Amino acid sequence: MTKQMTGAKMVVQALKDQGVEVVFGYPGGAVLPIYDELFLQNDIRHILVRHEQGAVHMAEGYARSTGKPGVALVTSGPGATNAVTGLTDALMDSIPIVVLTGQVPTFMIGTDGFQEADTVGITRPCTKMNWLVKDTAKLSETIHQAFHVSTHGRPGPVLVDIPKDVQFATADYVPAEKAKIAHYQPRTEGDAARIAQLVELMEQAERPILYTGGGVINSGPRASALLRELAAETNFPVTSTLMGLGAYPASGKNWVGMLGMHGLYEANLAMHGCDLMINIGARFDDRITGRVKDFSPRSKKAHIDIDPSSINKVIHVDVPIVGDVTKVLEELLRQWRARGSKTDQRGLASWWKQIDEWRAVKCLTYKPSTTTIKPQYALERLEALTKGMDRYITTEVGQHQMWAAQYLGFEDPNRWMTSGGLGTMGYGLPASIGVQIAHPEALVINVAGEASWLMNMQEMGTAMQFRAPVKQFILNNERLGMVRQWQELLHGERYSSSWSESLPDFVKLAEAFGCKGIKCEDPKDLDDAIMEMIRYDGPVIFDCLVEKHENCFPMIPSGKPHNEMLLSADAEAFRSGAVLV
Amino acid sequence: MSALNIKKGSTSHSAYDLRSGLSEVEESHTLAVIVENEPGVLARVIGLFSGRGYNIDSLTVAEVDHTGHRSRITIVTRGTPAVIDQIEAQLRRMVPVHAVHDLTMEGPSVQRELALLKVAGTGAARVEALQLAEIFRANVVDSTLESFVFEMTGTPDKIDAFAELMRPLGLLEIARTGVAALKRGV
Ligand SMILES: Cc1ncc(C[n+]2csc(CCOP(=O)(O)OP(=O)(O)O)c2C)c(N)n1
Ligand SMILES: [Mg+2]
Repeated sequence: MTKQMTGAKMVVQALKDQGVEVVFGYPGGAVLPIYDELFLQNDIRHILVRHEQGAVHMAEGYARSTGKPGVALVTSGPGATNAVTGLTDALMDSIPIVVLTGQVPTFMIGTDGFQEADTVGITRPCTKMNWLVKDTAKLSETIHQAFHVSTHGRPGPVLVDIPKDVQFATADYVPAEKAKIAHYQPRTEGDAARIAQLVELMEQAERPILYTGGGVINSGPRASALLRELAAETNFPVTSTLMGLGAYPASGKNWVGMLGMHGLYEANLAMHGCDLMINIGARFDDRITGRVKDFSPRSKKAHIDIDPSSINKVIHVDVPIVGDVTKVLEELLRQWRARGSKTDQRGLASWWKQIDEWRAVKCLTYKPSTTTIKPQYALERLEALTKGMDRYITTEVGQHQMWAAQYLGFEDPNRWMTSGGLGTMGYGLPASIGVQIAHPEALVINVAGEASWLMNMQEMGTAMQFRAPVKQFILNNERLGMVRQWQELLHGERYSSSWSESLPDFVKLAEAFGCKGIKCEDPKDLDDAIMEMIRYDGPVIFDCLVEKHENCFPMIPSGKPHNEMLLSADAEAFRSGAVLV
Repeated sequence: MSALNIKKGSTSHSAYDLRSGLSEVEESHTLAVIVENEPGVLARVIGLFSGRGYNIDSLTVAEVDHTGHRSRITIVTRGTPAVIDQIEAQLRRMVPVHAVHDLTMEGPSVQRELALLKVAGTGAARVEALQLAEIFRANVVDSTLESFVFEMTGTPDKIDAFAELMRPLGLLEIARTGVAALKRGV
């Protein structure tokens, strides 16, 4: 039984069939037929953003906090080009989003028509796959394919470009079950023999480490549960990338903290000194490895990843395992238990002793102040006052992001949504709205820097209009802090354009948007101010004036190995050498 | 750079993979990439090479299965073993890519390229060009009183050699298809 309908109606029908509840979007000439159809129904909610970049980051926030694909709808030309940053962000962090763009009518394509852009050409390198649909008969099937591709294998952004005449024309609707998706079925099952090899290495390891990443989150909550079982049964230490925080709980016994450029001393030294590294859903990013040549020189390495191209891309590994983290960990635990595997207790005991010695360095210590708010202190208080609440954190990009990763604790996956791979300033505010739309009752906080926050601050209008009570916790150092830090440490203290000048009065700005503004500059007032923010039933812009010249430590300057980490005490001594990226 | 640079002992028929994954020596590999024949797919494949800084020495593409809408892209590329592995992995994970065959690794293969060469000249040079063409088994597909167009198929090396000989004899223009390749046997 086939159903005839217009392309525009097909779009809405296909979204409904895919279980979409909400679309983040912005109208324009080339998508008006679709907006008409959205108007005529009540199943799908449309969130009108203020800028298309915001729509895509909201879709990302929605996806990252639910595990379901996020959807954005934008018009042709400028609507589509404004979506590019969000698409690239989602590609780098493997976030499933589906972006629908309007296009000029098919007969006008190639004529430099009004608001024409080569959208599939522009977005080809920043999508997992994209399609220009020139025939209404193919539209619904393509949308179903788009959802399939976005969410299967390594997740990622996809885009469907829909010319306006295709939206007006009528054809048969192809339901999701009939859509041709057969050929894209990436392998999810890990090779049992390889897993057996890993089990053997685990039995022999004296200094093992579980190095986990965003792949554990992307694989779903079951993967996090299995990771916890694995850590409990082996007593192996667990570290995580920025993207993987929450997969293993921060309060867990085996947690050694985040690794990487601003990771913990104990985590990075454990990576450097281990004899068995088990990479679970991470990708040896340069912020993790530092100088590749000196990366963890004495370890055997296993790598579990759903994307074969991630394996041996940067670091050569001994045991490559292609598969979905959940399935691989299930098989790993099954074999481990079936063999009655035992770990090297003596080796592990001295390894933990070594890790405890590194921990004793207390690398996150900072110099407290009674007169100015230290950013680390602000985050410690935020953590203390919101712990145990139904809390979701997004961030912008910069020092505040790294401090948030260091000082906030995440107990569960999908609670921490940050722009990792692309490092997109302006991501956090719209992402927080996307999270809040998905979790209306939860406490959603965007830990922001004032400079990043300004990049998409127009989205406060969206938060107001859709009653998304997001809390914008701005650590305002009146600086492009991370840039300033690099200039101080690596560019001879020449602070070239790293001042945040002419900042708005954030409290007045909040009033202008009709939400609540809070300003805090005295550490003594901070707890009350944070509580006021949490209790307020609506969006809040919290201007937290912090120490302007604080640096974020530990830090592994890029291109350096893990054992050449700077702790705050070393900073003075380190004033040499240019850094590449 | 020869496109026929098949490494002995490095095929999948060998009991051992004799290539070291960590070798820094660049190798030439011929890849056959079977893709969905959809708009944009070739651009996606080429974009992978340019975006990630891989080499393309030659590239040919045509639909080879009209009912199944499959195209075969033959790419001759260069890189260290690690880079070649990465290229293949990157190609394989592309949504519209159905299969990737490394013909350099999968055993002996036949590689052929077609070239058209326009050679202008009269007198002795013209006669010599014609004689050489015969030796190289090139066909004359167009002739005027002062020019020939030769058609020849062969390995890229053979075409290079023929073109070199034609150059002093009045080579004006050359059009080459790039390499098409198939694995030998079944
Ligand atoms: C869109 C974009 N432009 C530039 C950068 C480079 N960048 C990284 S951090 C940073 C400064 C961020 O300042 P702020 O948001 O105030 O955070 P802080 O570091 O001060 O906490 C800049 C400019 C970036 N990551 N993203
Ligand atoms: Mg700042």
